[in-house]
Amino acid sequence: MQGKTGVTDTIIDIDCVTKRYGSHTVLKDLCFSVRPGEKLALIGPSGSGKTTILRTLMTLETIESGTIRIDGEHLFQMERNGRLVPADEAHLHRMRTKIGMVFQLFNLFPHKCVLENVTLAPMLTKGVKKADAERRAMELLDLVGLADKARAMPVQLSGGQKQRVAIARALALQPKIMLFDEVTSALDPELVEEVLNVMRMLGSTTDMTMLLVTHEMSFAHDFADRVLFFDRGRIVEEGPPDVLFTNPSHERTQAFLKKIIAAGQRI
Amino acid sequence: MEWDWEFVREIMPTLLDGLRITLLATLLGSILAAAAGLGFALLRRSKSRPVARTTGVVVEFIRGTPLLVQLYFLFYVLPELGLLLSPLTAGVVGLGLHYATYTSEVFRAGIDNTPRGQWEAAKACNLTPYQTWRHVILPQAIPPMIPALANYFVAMFKETPLLSAITVIELMSEARSVANSNYRYLEPMTLVGVLFLCISLIAVPALHMLERRFRPTR
Repeated sequence: MQGKTGVTDTIIDIDCVTKRYGSHTVLKDLCFSVRPGEKLALIGPSGSGKTTILRTLMTLETIESGTIRIDGEHLFQMERNGRLVPADEAHLHRMRTKIGMVFQLFNLFPHKCVLENVTLAPMLTKGVKKADAERRAMELLDLVGLADKARAMPVQLSGGQKQRVAIARALALQPKIMLFDEVTSALDPELVEEVLNVMRMLGSTTDMTMLLVTHEMSFAHDFADRVLFFDRGRIVEEGPPDVLFTNPSHERTQAFLKKIIAAGQRI
Repeated sequence: MEWDWEFVREIMPTLLDGLRITLLATLLGSILAAAAGLGFALLRRSKSRPVARTTGVVVEFIRGTPLLVQLYFLFYVLPELGLLLSPLTAGVVGLGLHYATYTSEVFRAGIDNTPRGQWEAAKACNLTPYQTWRHVILPQAIPPMIPALANYFVAMFKETPLLSAITVIELMSEARSVANSNYRYLEPMTLVGVLFLCISLIAVPALHMLERRFRPTR
């Protein structure tokens, strides 16, 4: 499962990864793998390291030790003269083409209209011609139900609409892996469903590998193939949603889910 | 001492010639101050510690010494080192670099105010650092800075009489030369004040317009 043999049936291999902020250890000897096309939900209390792992895969964070492999290739290292050396910017740039990310706070480019938000990266990073980029962007905006907002500025959109644009923006680069970091946490409750619907649609119509950090337990239950429960930088328990949500074996998982239910969430 | 309108009419064309040079020096100085200020701000953020540190020292040095001294240095000392600048060039370089140390602070603050999420989104979109600056950070950071930058340009305009010290024939030195040759100071100096005031009065509403136009929307 760890993919140490080279040729693997995994798209992400995380092996013994440790990450610290100063003296605080956020990820402790973390190991897990993800199969191509798998939908993986990362749940757990805040500060448990689940967001950090997504940010690390997007190369927004570095790690102190361990290795991460995407598609069989090292993320933070590269081979030079038969030896592994720290990755340079060109290597990271190439690795990032495999990964897209959607953020909790959308992070749309506020000075660009919706269409430009979606076309910017393909035009700059892949040299796609403007007309082609716009045609593809309109398809994606149509997919997320926002074709009529193509010329709107982000400030004119609701939170749910912004997040759907952010999803279209990430899709425009055609990543193999999509990372969703608490994408509904900043939304008003009535806007959550429109974003989750887009994700459901992506999950059922594409073979992208999707990792989501979420506090929406019922969505994680329906959507994910596998759930990882994080606590204090480690995976405490993992399993298919039916097992983990209904019959968790670890007492910390039980306590966490009990709290979630007490807070009024359906699982 | 009586106000002499005839004398005013006589010297006005000369003073307006001077004003033209004053405005030219302000315009060129402002462009240099904006460009060099952005350069200083970017170099101070450089990942290379020596580059950032050296830029910081240079900026503090320029800001901490008087503009008049810098002008003398550029015009009278540099030729001894083999670099001969025309009076206007030396004046524009002096004004521009001096004010660049102020505008670099404006740029620094504007860049720091850009939310971290924008850098992260740019990275997730796989933009290169140059593309991130060019297409994401600067287009957001610069509009809110424009009023503060324009304030410095108006301040620079009012300091241009210092250029007369290095023989730039701008408004103040034209006025002084007509005053000296006619032994009349009332009209030339009053007119210098009035002309500066007129330009400043035009600049103030223009500034307010800029402020309204670029008021932050976030």
